[in-house]
Amino acid sequence: MLYALCFLLFMIGLYCAVVKKNMVKIVVGILIMEYAVNLFLVMLGYRHGGVAPIIDKSHLESQAALNNFVSSSVDPLPQALVLTAIVISLGSLALMISLCIRTYEKYGTFDITEIRRLRG
Amino acid sequence: MSIPLPAFIAIPLATAFLLPMFGKRGKDAATVVANIATILLLVFAISCIGESGVYEIGKWPIPLGINLVLDGLSSLLLLAIGVVSAAVMLFSAGYMEQYTAKSKYLSLFLLMVAGMNGVVLSGDIFNLFVFLEIASLASYALVGFGCGHEELEASFKYTVLGTIASIFVLFAIGLVYGNTGTLNMAYISKAIQSSGMNAGLGFALALFIVGFGLKAALVPFHAWLPDAHPSAPAPISAMLSGVLIKSLGVYALARVVFNVFGVSLAVGWLLIVLGILSMVFGAFLAIGQWDIKRLMAYSSISQIGYVVLGIGLGAMLLAKGANPAWASLAILAGLFHLVNHAVYKSLLFLTSGSLEKATGTRQLREMGGLAQRLPFTRTTCTIASASIVGIPPFSGFWSKLILVMAAIQAQYYWIAAIIVFVSLCTLIMYLKVQRYVFFGELPENLRQVKENGGSMLIGMVFLACLCVLMGLLVLVPGLRDSILEPAVRVLMDGLKYSDIVAGM
Repeated sequence: MLYALCFLLFMIGLYCAVVKKNMVKIVVGILIMEYAVNLFLVMLGYRHGGVAPIIDKSHLESQAALNNFVSSSVDPLPQALVLTAIVISLGSLALMISLCIRTYEKYGTFDITEIRRLRG
Repeated sequence: MSIPLPAFIAIPLATAFLLPMFGKRGKDAATVVANIATILLLVFAISCIGESGVYEIGKWPIPLGINLVLDGLSSLLLLAIGVVSAAVMLFSAGYMEQYTAKSKYLSLFLLMVAGMNGVVLSGDIFNLFVFLEIASLASYALVGFGCGHEELEASFKYTVLGTIASIFVLFAIGLVYGNTGTLNMAYISKAIQSSGMNAGLGFALALFIVGFGLKAALVPFHAWLPDAHPSAPAPISAMLSGVLIKSLGVYALARVVFNVFGVSLAVGWLLIVLGILSMVFGAFLAIGQWDIKRLMAYSSISQIGYVVLGIGLGAMLLAKGANPAWASLAILAGLFHLVNHAVYKSLLFLTSGSLEKATGTRQLREMGGLAQRLPFTRTTCTIASASIVGIPPFSGFWSKLILVMAAIQAQYYWIAAIIVFVSLCTLIMYLKVQRYVFFGELPENLRQVKENGGSMLIGMVFLACLCVLMGLLVLVPGLRDSILEPAVRVLMDGLKYSDIVAGM
């Protein structure tokens, strides 16, 4: 169910990026797609009622405690992936917004149907 | 290994962040440093030929840490990136004088090289995504480097489609991790072999093909390429067409399809169909163009089609269980065409840059009779055109010949016929270039045109010599066994990749 909602969010973002005519709205659509994928990655590692994946001495005392810890902690790897993905999307967002600003300075509009010098 | 693998990523990355410190006054020093870095990378790539190995970052053992893998396919791509970036960097030393902020250009260029080297070396699929984004972001910025009307429009289009492609790839990586519990490509492939494909993995494979297909500009995902490549400064067009679409698109696609998921009949045919569509549409659209760089950009789509067709034919034959010799011949043709195209298409874009700098126009109709005024540009352009058309003994002839032979051996005569037909279309488009640029009457306003000198010429002549000599890569057995055959073997081995990486 949650995964279906997450996929719906992804499709909303894709629809927005493909259909909208305004450059800023296209950027917003791409951001929604990125958030949907980040949410999906976090959900992959989430465990209902799980504990933080921080290991300490009490977990290492016996094999049973360690197994208990492994089966109850959330998966930390997707969180690391999401952090990296967020940093990357920050970079591409900054680039896209600055391209929007420069294009607005040149053309005086955000409407991509009016920004059409390249064709063929 | 004689060279530590992280050097391929660390050298361009460190140089890229060093260069902006030179500032406006030190731009000659910055140019020299950047050239030293790319030539060093070329030397390293040559010294890695025939070697293989795994580097574990931070000494973490493989399933826990990130690893870099050097095998035949990686070293082939490293060599192509090294050759093209060294030649293009030499060319940009002269060409980029007309732009401001040259040191920023150089550092973006090196970031792009670092990203591409990372993509071809990475053995971890998320790490591959990170390097793919480094290379892509640098290339988005470089396409819009001129900050004119067209550059910004093309760059925005490219950025939007490129970012969507990257998100697809990230989504697919998430699906793969959810289904296999690992991010290391060798271990993913092991997990898929033991548990078999399921719906989630199939969806992930589809997302990978769309994402990497967008990066490789296969028809029907090609919309950004004919805008982005002509709008970029000429050396960047050369890099984009020459190596970027190959390392981010074709290499990543081949690696995922052959070594991680394993070939299947459906995927093989899909690649063949995408390849043929790209070949035919790219060639038809190219013939009608009057902007020289736009014509070359469409012809890049067509040539990428050849590469994907060769690899797809190999995948299909492997999955069908046909004679492995036929499959390896098809893959050899695809990979050899990839390397050839990297060399001659970057040379063609460099000559277009040289023409643009000398005449101030890219329109074929406004040029003419330049054969006398620009002798070096004319010679190199003719060599590159002869190569791409496939006139013996130039490089393109051999790869197309092998591809036709592979198709005929496998008894797909219609594929061979299409290959020959598209070659004829290619001949028409490059005859058009030769006719309108170098023959005919010299227009009044171009009488004073002078040949560009110095480093621009060195870069072009270097690539032109390679165009003439590249045929030796298949004709001389020693060279073939050390450069092309290991790369073919990596793809032919397919899912054995995981055992090979674990054994290294």
